[in-house]
Amino acid sequence: MICQECNQRPAALHFTKIINGEKTEVNLCEKCAQEKGEMFMFTGGNGFTFNNLLAGLLNIDPSVQKQNQNTFHQEEVLQCSGCSMTFPQFIKVGRFGCAHCYETFKEQLPPVLRRLHSGNWSHSGKIPKRIGGGIHLKKQVENLKSELKELIQQEEFEKAAQIRDEIRTLEKGLSGSSKGGE
Amino acid sequence: MSLERFINQAVSSWMSEEGPDSDIVLSSRIRLARNFENFKFPTLFSHEEAQAIIKKMEDIMQESNFTKYGQMELLKIDEIQPLQKRVLVEKHLISPNLAEESPYGAVLLTENEEVSIMINEEDHIRIQCLFPGLQLTEALEAANEVDDWLESHIHFGYDEKHGYLTSCPTNVGTGLRASVMMHLPGLILTQQINRIIPAINQLGLVVRGIYGEGSEALGNIFQISNQITLGKSEEDICRDLNGVVSQLISQERSAREALRKTSNIQLEDRVFRSYGVLSNCRIIETKEAAKCLSDVRLGIDMGYIDHLPKNILNELMILTQPGFLQQYAGGHLRANERDIRRAALIRERLKMEQDKM
Ligand SMILES: [Zn+2]
Ligand SMILES: [Zn+2]
Repeated sequence: MICQECNQRPAALHFTKIINGEKTEVNLCEKCAQEKGEMFMFTGGNGFTFNNLLAGLLNIDPSVQKQNQNTFHQEEVLQCSGCSMTFPQFIKVGRFGCAHCYETFKEQLPPVLRRLHSGNWSHSGKIPKRIGGGIHLKKQVENLKSELKELIQQEEFEKAAQIRDEIRTLEKGLSGSSKGGE
Repeated sequence: MSLERFINQAVSSWMSEEGPDSDIVLSSRIRLARNFENFKFPTLFSHEEAQAIIKKMEDIMQESNFTKYGQMELLKIDEIQPLQKRVLVEKHLISPNLAEESPYGAVLLTENEEVSIMINEEDHIRIQCLFPGLQLTEALEAANEVDDWLESHIHFGYDEKHGYLTSCPTNVGTGLRASVMMHLPGLILTQQINRIIPAINQLGLVVRGIYGEGSEALGNIFQISNQITLGKSEEDICRDLNGVVSQLISQERSAREALRKTSNIQLEDRVFRSYGVLSNCRIIETKEAAKCLSDVRLGIDMGYIDHLPKNILNELMILTQPGFLQQYAGGHLRANERDIRRAALIRERLKMEQDKM
């Protein structure tokens, strides 16, 4: 076997890398192993192999392949207006071209995202203030209301009254901001 | 330059300061990936777009100085020396990808290096907060502050369904990678690690050695991080990781106690042999150095050695990397020359502590 780095000397070092449960064989000659040895430390699991694995992972997804064929049959390939990337290209490189790709490929994405994120395909984390002000408030009000319920059950009326006032203030802001947004 | 001065300049706060549970957890890191809404991602963007992004970041810095974590400095990748790039990688401040494959890359660094912002790597912006010990919540809070600051100047790519939009679909949603660096010699010596790693993987977390490759983790140092970025809140991702890390801490502590009970003298022997090697070697390779440093650190944590500071492991693991050795030597070194330098640096560093006694 020939070294995969220099493609010249015979490989002397063989090992298996396991990244996210995926195995990759690595075969290096002694010289390249020594040279790479120290560089390897930093490329770790997120380096080149991961990109390849990702493309492979997306490719073997049967639902994705089916969609590929469908778009092909329609003779109309989905293409992002922001960066000109097509869905087959995305599958090949495993990277989007721009933020608008997500909108362009939104019908195709759920199976891909579910695969990568243990079945999840929609966001439930942070919301930027510029678009989420209202949503932030809504969540805050929901949280406070459940807190209020609990306080009433525990007969902590003084605290409950404080929370109730807080909710009222927030709800005023909420109706104000939703008017502004529309 | 004297070694002491070199170290003072080289060491970031996560390497020198102690944090919660820092007998086992070396550092906690939060990374948030963000992108400009209307520029192509770095895999496709034009030279002009790349420059515009750097310019925008410079403007933001000028306009509203965010100084909570100290003054920030912007370094452009094409303007820094190869050796200095390597040192930044070895300090985990920039990624190998930014150093090697991002011609339009740049990094914003704070003075104590707890906060860094990589620009034009795989995503336009990657906010990183690196804290000593187990401080995921604190690091997340800091990252959110930096994010809020940037967000007041930049429209990040975001939609309600997918969250923060990233170049790679594995980062979409929160764009959050939370990771914890742990020293786990007890679980290695008691041979429990091979049973534990698959269990952690099943929980959607990734375990890997950050030094060394494959199944081996040089210096018995492991990094544990979340894999899933979508469908969970930032707080939940950190809480889940924190839960597993706490479990690992207690298992590592019981492994160490079990070792003390069953093989006290063998362990003490191992620790002092390694100390002997480090104090006397004239040539030492990365791998042996890492093994001995891990033993000595274990010896410090378990009270066999009491004249050395705990952070000597974190510090020397970094300072004996090729980039640092060459920076200290002031030029390029071949592999065998590095082994000699490494031995000299370690001996001198240990001697500094002995002189203090
Ligand atoms: Zn080779
Ligand atoms: Zn696009």
